[in-house]
Amino acid sequence: MHFAFTDEQAMIAETAKTFFAENATSERTRAAMADTGIDKALWQAFTSELGLAGVAIPEALGGVGLGMVELAIFAEEAGRHTAALPLLASLGLAAPAILAGGTDEQKARFLPRIASGELMASFAAVNMGGTPGATLSDGTLTGAALLVPHGASTDLFVVAADNGVAIVERGALGLGITPLTSMDQTRPYARLDFGGVAVETLADPRAAVHAALTTGWLAIAADALGGAQACLDRTVAYTQERIQFGRSIGSFQAVKHRLADMMVAIEQARSAVYWAACAIDERSDEAAFAVHAAKAFACDTYTHCAGEMIQLHGGIGFTWEHDAHLYFKRARSNASLLGTPDWHREQVAGLAGLDDAA
Amino acid sequence: MKLGFSPEEEVFRAEAAAWLKAELEGAFADVRGLTSLTEMPERRRDWERRLGDAGWSCVGWPRAYGGRDATLAQQVIFAEEYARAGAPPRLNHIGIELAGPTILAFGSEEQKARFLPAIARGEEIWCQGYSEPGAGSDLANVRTRAWREGGDWVIEGQKVWTSLAQFSDWIFVIARTEEGSKGPKGLSFLLVPVDQSGVTVRPIHQITGEAEFNETFFDDARTAAESILGEPGDGWKVAMGLLGFERGVSTLAQQMGFRNELDAVIAAARANGEAKNPLIRQRIAKAEIGLKLMRYGALRMLTDAEGGRLNPSALTYKIQWATWRRDLGELAMDVLGQAGETVAGHEYAFPALPNLFLYSRADTIYGGTNEIQRNIIAERALGLPREPRGDLK
Repeated sequence: MHFAFTDEQAMIAETAKTFFAENATSERTRAAMADTGIDKALWQAFTSELGLAGVAIPEALGGVGLGMVELAIFAEEAGRHTAALPLLASLGLAAPAILAGGTDEQKARFLPRIASGELMASFAAVNMGGTPGATLSDGTLTGAALLVPHGASTDLFVVAADNGVAIVERGALGLGITPLTSMDQTRPYARLDFGGVAVETLADPRAAVHAALTTGWLAIAADALGGAQACLDRTVAYTQERIQFGRSIGSFQAVKHRLADMMVAIEQARSAVYWAACAIDERSDEAAFAVHAAKAFACDTYTHCAGEMIQLHGGIGFTWEHDAHLYFKRARSNASLLGTPDWHREQVAGLAGLDDAA
Repeated sequence: MKLGFSPEEEVFRAEAAAWLKAELEGAFADVRGLTSLTEMPERRRDWERRLGDAGWSCVGWPRAYGGRDATLAQQVIFAEEYARAGAPPRLNHIGIELAGPTILAFGSEEQKARFLPAIARGEEIWCQGYSEPGAGSDLANVRTRAWREGGDWVIEGQKVWTSLAQFSDWIFVIARTEEGSKGPKGLSFLLVPVDQSGVTVRPIHQITGEAEFNETFFDDARTAAESILGEPGDGWKVAMGLLGFERGVSTLAQQMGFRNELDAVIAAARANGEAKNPLIRQRIAKAEIGLKLMRYGALRMLTDAEGGRLNPSALTYKIQWATWRRDLGELAMDVLGQAGETVAGHEYAFPALPNLFLYSRADTIYGGTNEIQRNIIAERALGLPREPRGDLK
């Protein structure tokens, strides 16, 4: 038992921290927001130059061969800067689906290119908050996926259809892609329509969906942790600079106590995220419980902290110019994506034995 | 990062579990499953002695002082197995968790040899003399005085909320030893025997109907000149060091008690159908998650502490557990409904869950109120300006 980063993990965290702080600047994120929602140069740097995108993909498949703790570290740091990247879509959802459910040939064909950044992939969970759904029949896919993260920009889609998991390449005949104006412009959605698209399927759809959701929930939770921490750090700094009534507003107990409550929640979210990451890596019996707990708790914490960030900044926090809304909107998107906090808590309620006989 | 335990650690677990099982199904079956601190005090003393004899009392302490030199992982394991076996809360928890570690950190070699083995063997029970009627949140405002007279310290004054003083052999007292001093200066940390004519313990009747806490009066109370931790005037430093120990491995044992309470709420919800109520399910899930996050938060703090680092999240722990438990008390009553508001018989003594609802109102007050905790977090962890002092007397 050692619930702290190893030296190697601390080094990775330091690298990630520096990389995102230097490169995922507000200016670049805003430029991406006004465009496709992806900072392509940043993704290029992260995947090929830093070479750490395949952190949870085996070395034989072009990855780094580490695990969920390391993936969470990157997601946390990207979240801290609301980086406009398909990190969740490509690495948190699509890659684990292929890794867990694909044939050896499919893994070898797709994963090295996802790890290197050559392919950006996304994942469509048609049955989570999505009607009308999509159906596989004789090697073709028919239906729609309503809310695919970064769907207008990614090259490849892993689609969890009603009766299997399909891989759909951008440009496939019969695939319609409609970009959607999205509240969170750092992770815009697209609608995909499948008009009898000829597709290949993954060998083990259950394993694929399970891996995608588990890893995706963790990645969202880690993104939320980093975002919430940034909300706190930036608000603490601001309340110390902002003078009213002849004193810094951070000296008022009404403000201090709210900042303290943010820290209380964030420290719990941090425990939740890394507990879940370890539990998945160690194949603990608690893994399912942990990842639902992390997704629910970290997303609620982010929502709370981003709201407080706006409130404690006052008027400036309500402007487009200030970054507070980037956090506020990403917090909202994280909370909704792949199950709300209430939904995840309901899963916890089941796991806690509430449905057992009295 | 690793959450699992090694095979050697699992061997230690098996050894601890086997010993606990044998005792709690054998000679100590009568104390198994007790939850209150005040029930069967004499048997609880016997249990403390039994743990001490077998070397399972203060497993993290050095062997020289009656401990077991257990590693952090072993201490965590023992806390888990202790609770799993249904062993009762430790009557001497203040001695084990507060007095002992403070003496270990600040005591002289003579003091360590005098006091620690007696705590580890369950022979001397301790309580804490901090708060006073005029020194609650503003703890440094203590007025209890002490001065040297021959070979003794003489103590005059009053302490309040001295939990378990009625069972205690010793009390540690912060007293003002420098006449005319104010605030944290001029205080000393004295170790005082309770069983003497100068010390009077009077129970405080609490909102639960019980009397776990007391007022303790010192009127010409005495202790030996050498029964001081640190130098005269070091009292605040020693007392503040002690606050750090309130967040040690014992937090895991405390959480096992919380686990039992939450299990009782879940059992009640299943029995009366509230387990199907979606709103109750949400709140139970929140409690489940909160409890797990206490555990993993504690493991983060402990791992860092073992490596000699203070994790700032340690400052958030008190408000976290206290608020969790207060919420659990409210949840318990919402699950029980009106049935929880009455009790059979004439005695004002409620069963565990309604009692939790009442008792948990103390949790967010003692050991630093939630409001004081927020000040501490804001000032020490976030670096925000300190609260200004007023000048009212």
